[in-house]
Amino acid sequence: MVFAPTGSFVSDSPKRLIALVDCNNFYVSCERVFDPRLRNRPVVVLSNNDGCAVSRSQEAKDLGIKMGAPWFELRHFERSHGLVARSSNYALYGLLSNRVMSILRDMAPGQEVYSIDESFLEMTGIADPLALGREMRARVLQWTHIPVCVGMASTKTRAKLANHIAKKSLKCQGTFNLESLTPEQEDRLLGKIEVGQVWGVGRRISDKLSRMGILTVRDLKRCDPDAIQDRFSVVLARTVSELQGIACLSLEEVAPPKKQIMVSRSFGELITTEEELREAVVHYVTRASEKLRQEGLMAQTLMVFAHSNPYREEDTQYRGARVIPLVTPTQDTRKLIAAALTGLSEIYVAGILYKKAGVMLTDLVGQDIQQEDLFAVSDSEGSKRLMQVLDTINKHHGRGTIAMAASGLNEQRWRMRTDLKSPAYLSQWKELRIAKG
Amino acid sequence: MNTPIPNAILRSSSVTPAASLPPAFSLPMFGSRVPAGFPSPAEDYIEKELDANELLVTNPAATYFVKVSGQSMRGCWVRDGDIVVVDCSITPRRGMVVVAVLDGEMLVKQLDVGSAGEPLLKPSNARYPTITVQEGQDFLIWGIVTWSLHRQAHS
Repeated sequence: MVFAPTGSFVSDSPKRLIALVDCNNFYVSCERVFDPRLRNRPVVVLSNNDGCAVSRSQEAKDLGIKMGAPWFELRHFERSHGLVARSSNYALYGLLSNRVMSILRDMAPGQEVYSIDESFLEMTGIADPLALGREMRARVLQWTHIPVCVGMASTKTRAKLANHIAKKSLKCQGTFNLESLTPEQEDRLLGKIEVGQVWGVGRRISDKLSRMGILTVRDLKRCDPDAIQDRFSVVLARTVSELQGIACLSLEEVAPPKKQIMVSRSFGELITTEEELREAVVHYVTRASEKLRQEGLMAQTLMVFAHSNPYREEDTQYRGARVIPLVTPTQDTRKLIAAALTGLSEIYVAGILYKKAGVMLTDLVGQDIQQEDLFAVSDSEGSKRLMQVLDTINKHHGRGTIAMAASGLNEQRWRMRTDLKSPAYLSQWKELRIAKG
Repeated sequence: MNTPIPNAILRSSSVTPAASLPPAFSLPMFGSRVPAGFPSPAEDYIEKELDANELLVTNPAATYFVKVSGQSMRGCWVRDGDIVVVDCSITPRRGMVVVAVLDGEMLVKQLDVGSAGEPLLKPSNARYPTITVQEGQDFLIWGIVTWSLHRQAHS
């Protein structure tokens, strides 16, 4: 797919150029936006339940902290090196991601948001792509205080590689165009990068490749895609073609509609009673159905599951799950809760220490392409209006202002542990950042 | 292959407000009147209610709300407890009220430049000192204050 460039038009068929913009250490960078004390010091953001490091500042990486390292193994750095940990604040990260993506969208003729912190952009036909890349970096940094790197090349896989180079090489200053090199320069550069850095080449594949003597990106680029397809897979063959500059992956401008919505959490502490488990599940269904309505979708199937802690070998291990088909597609929280609780009552076993539970809504259909079942009662107008009111109130007054009574009003032990979570700077008036006047 | 993608599609958001969708079971044949002939002359005059965001938030991707504590900026109409609107896309200039980061602290001050070109953070209250930014300090202009919101009464 080729776009009509907004910049100056170079020729009738300008050479294809794609940029990958990637936020540096995104979650940590988000935490730093509103808390400047976190600048220039080691910071990690921890996973749900404050388990493991899921984002690390450069200073934390320099201390040798690995991705996924459990917090209890890192705590000693608090005293020795001033390491700071934050619980993940996904609401904040999502809102800042929206800002970054909307700034980039306005700077290029086409965009595919690839993940919360990465976006592909169409650069074909831009007269000075490197200058535009630098401008993207500067603008995102000034407007959101999030540092990003920009890599550009003729295919997505090459752009991802260019981004890696932009990040690692100080000379690039965060922006790099792989197509600006001569073939000899490119060979020399790719000969220095390990094959495992290529997009889609995981640990297992890179081990197998290195046993075949394919150690660097240059080695892989020189392979014959057909031979790779025979020995590995069509996916890796495509990767090789992409490295050679033959585009196999298109830019998907419109995000495909969601296929499922899942809400699950580990509990702050192990829970045992069915009542507590029911409260947690009701809470998750409430969240999931909010998401469902936001996307304008209806679910036809619900899955509910609960399991014990697999890392506590001394506990009796149990995993239960139930899939419940819904008679007609629905987005009504009450119907979904009823279905989830029916499922839960079937899987609940007394005497188990439950660590995690969740719900998944699948078989999603658009709310406007619904088929009426002759015998079933689908969502009425009244139900839709009630759900709208519920969503509006919770949006304006904070999540959980109005909830289903079954979600329990007493202390909720199953709630995610978020001891170290930063305030909702961008979404709650009561939690605004304070500046000293 | 070469068809340009209309911007409207690239920019369409996947989230459609529930309120704007048609009721699922309306019968299309009778659901609405189909305008035929001349369009209604009134349509040109339909106006929207005023929206404070249009006034305060001209660049949503770069605008933040920040709460102020302290009285050092009284003279610039920024008082303790006020909320300021901060636009980070504006290029800082002398005399502007800014949110600045200095060694990990977030400050609201008036920006000035000293004789040697060093940034000065000035209060607008005689009881507070001017801060001279020294070399080696971690200093950053975080954004420019475009509005200060002072509550006069509770509704």
